[in-house]
Amino acid sequence: MSCCAPNIANTIANDVCDSDRAALLHDLRSHARPLADGNVNYQIAAPSMHCGHCIATLEGEISKMPGVEKVRANLSLRQVSITLHAPELSLARVLETMDSLGFKPQSPGDVARQVEDPALKSLIRALAVAGFASANIMLLSLPVWSGAAGATESLFHFISALIAVPTVAYSGQPFFRSAWSALKHRNMNMDVPISLGVLLATVMSLYESFLGGGSAYFDAAVSLLFFLLIGRTLDYMMRNRARQAASRLALLAAKGGMVVGANGALTYLPLEGIKPGMILRVAAGERFPVDGTVVDGSSDVDRALVTGESAPIAVQLDSSVEAGTLNLTGSVDLRATRPADQSFLAEITQMMAAAENGRSTYMQLSDRMARAYAPVVHILALTTFVGWMIYSHGSIHASLTAAVSVLIITCPCALGLAVPVAHVVSAGRLFAAGILMKDGSALERLAAIDEAAFDKTGTLTTGEPTVRKLGIPAGEAAGLAKALALRSAHPGAKAIATAIAGAATNSVFDLREVPGHGVQGVFGGRALRLGRATWVAEIALPVAHMPVDTGVAFAIAGGPFYYSTLSERLRKGAAATIENFAAKGIKSCILSGDAALQVQMVAKACSITAFHSGLKPGDKLAFLKNRADAGKHVLMVGDGLNDAPALAAAHVSIAPANASDVGRTAADFVLTTDDLTMVNFAHMTALKTARIVKENFALAIIYNVFAVPLAMAGQLNPLIAAIAMSSSSIIVVGNSLRLQLLSPKREPDLSQPQSQTNSKVAHA
Amino acid sequence: MNGLLILIPVALGLGALGLGAFLWSLSSGQYEDLEGAASRILEDREDPPSA
Repeated sequence: MSCCAPNIANTIANDVCDSDRAALLHDLRSHARPLADGNVNYQIAAPSMHCGHCIATLEGEISKMPGVEKVRANLSLRQVSITLHAPELSLARVLETMDSLGFKPQSPGDVARQVEDPALKSLIRALAVAGFASANIMLLSLPVWSGAAGATESLFHFISALIAVPTVAYSGQPFFRSAWSALKHRNMNMDVPISLGVLLATVMSLYESFLGGGSAYFDAAVSLLFFLLIGRTLDYMMRNRARQAASRLALLAAKGGMVVGANGALTYLPLEGIKPGMILRVAAGERFPVDGTVVDGSSDVDRALVTGESAPIAVQLDSSVEAGTLNLTGSVDLRATRPADQSFLAEITQMMAAAENGRSTYMQLSDRMARAYAPVVHILALTTFVGWMIYSHGSIHASLTAAVSVLIITCPCALGLAVPVAHVVSAGRLFAAGILMKDGSALERLAAIDEAAFDKTGTLTTGEPTVRKLGIPAGEAAGLAKALALRSAHPGAKAIATAIAGAATNSVFDLREVPGHGVQGVFGGRALRLGRATWVAEIALPVAHMPVDTGVAFAIAGGPFYYSTLSERLRKGAAATIENFAAKGIKSCILSGDAALQVQMVAKACSITAFHSGLKPGDKLAFLKNRADAGKHVLMVGDGLNDAPALAAAHVSIAPANASDVGRTAADFVLTTDDLTMVNFAHMTALKTARIVKENFALAIIYNVFAVPLAMAGQLNPLIAAIAMSSSSIIVVGNSLRLQLLSPKREPDLSQPQSQTNSKVAHA
Repeated sequence: MNGLLILIPVALGLGALGLGAFLWSLSSGQYEDLEGAASRILEDREDPPSA
């Protein structure tokens, strides 16, 4: 939660916003880009910018300010790029202006910070060059195929060579580099046969054009690069989009804190500057920057990050608090007990890094294919060479030509496109359904799952309590309770306010939130209290049975004690998700940090039999490791910081829309809708994608079955190579486009009508 | 044959011109804010931003 949320901002002192603003200033300054002319450039996120008018307002107002050299709003990124003369003075004022215009400035986050993406640009440049070259070479090849001979043929080959050699040298680099690094580590990936094929085709064509007088394969080499670069660029853009969207949703976590000096003055220090023993002031609505002990003040703390439990815990003098937990109701001074890099938060981060390293051993399908495919290709080429040596009685030229043409023809773009195109189409489909995907291998891993583990709070449930049994009678009591409940940001109070939203609000005086207890006020000379049972009972008539669970009590001084019980609300589609998984034979279980009783209630509501309660982050991690050792592929669905190590360690992981910053980063997929059944849709899409990828490989290989014998017999000519290559690519792309037809509402019809597929092929 | 000697360089030159124009537009940042470009055109403004 950031500061300035409407219901908190009015109640707390100004220093909350100051500290948040100081944190933002520090963050922006530490990432500022000094320009050659002495000016400084800042990237500021403005998530509320959404139309052309917003751009005009922002640019118009900020460019009028003194010290501003240049301002440019980027609507796609929801970012403003601002160049300043006198940065130290004017940046704070720019932020103020943005705030007053209604565009709350934020830190763009680490991923979105890079406006210019050099890797993507160089890919697009390579793609453009390859596209230009392949179109022109293809035009020059057509006359040769239709019979041009003699001087014309030589001239066309010569021009083709002039275009092809620089193109291969420039556009082929991404493949050559990847192949080289794979070979250096004694690995094999798809880029090894691709690079070999392209290079050999070019070298052989050069030799034939200038010395041998045979056929030239420049068109095959260059159009291969063009098709493959399309796949590579799409793949890169897909990953980038998901990463950026995830970071745009990210919450602003505490990056520093307000330190109380010896003379009582408050100064902002970034995280790394906070030492154990320092006194920090943390206002309501902020997250604790470090682990510490409370030395002054009292408040309620949302420890959902640590325990996963949504009910806030009261803290007072000498209570210890963890970094990253949220201070809800009152300002608190604490003494830092550990430096930031040893805090609870930091420990979780280290656990995640370790877990992710363990998973990096997963090998993508295309690389596994390459490992099986490459040796076959090389053996075939060798066999051809040896066979021709025997058949032609030792003619090295004829044998080499045949062997190289085998290598060229077995290096089809269809194989290179088989995986990325299917993944890109799926990613687009998932994106439209509200699911962000981090990378293609996640789809392959999701297709392989046989068990699913769910976190409870925030995943199966919404994390916000709802009133199960309302104890407040309608009428005046309800009106008064509503007035009190509206005053507080406490989840329990919010639940009460929602439950009695229909009551007419009475005006209550002296409304005050008492941290750790509840809200109190005065009506008609009598005190009112809404909150913790023991605190409310102090003013009510004697209570026979004091409730022990975390409900909300309400009483008018000297009046009856009204008690409402709370329960967690199941997320939309939670039960259906479990049911769908069960129907597919996937066993579900709950991993929760909550007490057994609450977990049992949710488990029953979702008809899950296996549940584990009271788990710490490390326990969840250990559970998943156990299952992995037992040979199971577990999908982890979770949202909180306490799930983050488990999300990183699981075979594949999904985080719901409300997930914490860390949870989003750790998960492979992030949902952007509230509906949990999207987990099923993601799984269904993954299964279908796996199927399409296999079909694509089969299609690519079928073409080899026809073309390789021709090449081995020395009968391959450039026309056959070009037709075979382009048609197999188009078929693979068309087959992948069938994924676009998936819809979350119905089960996939695995046999799509043929006519639809054909029309897609025609479009491609 | 003489026609080819003129036409092929012309064809290649035009293609190269298109390629050059695309590479220039890419490096001058014209693809960085496609949504913004679509919205900007709808805004009436006397003074264009000093970009």
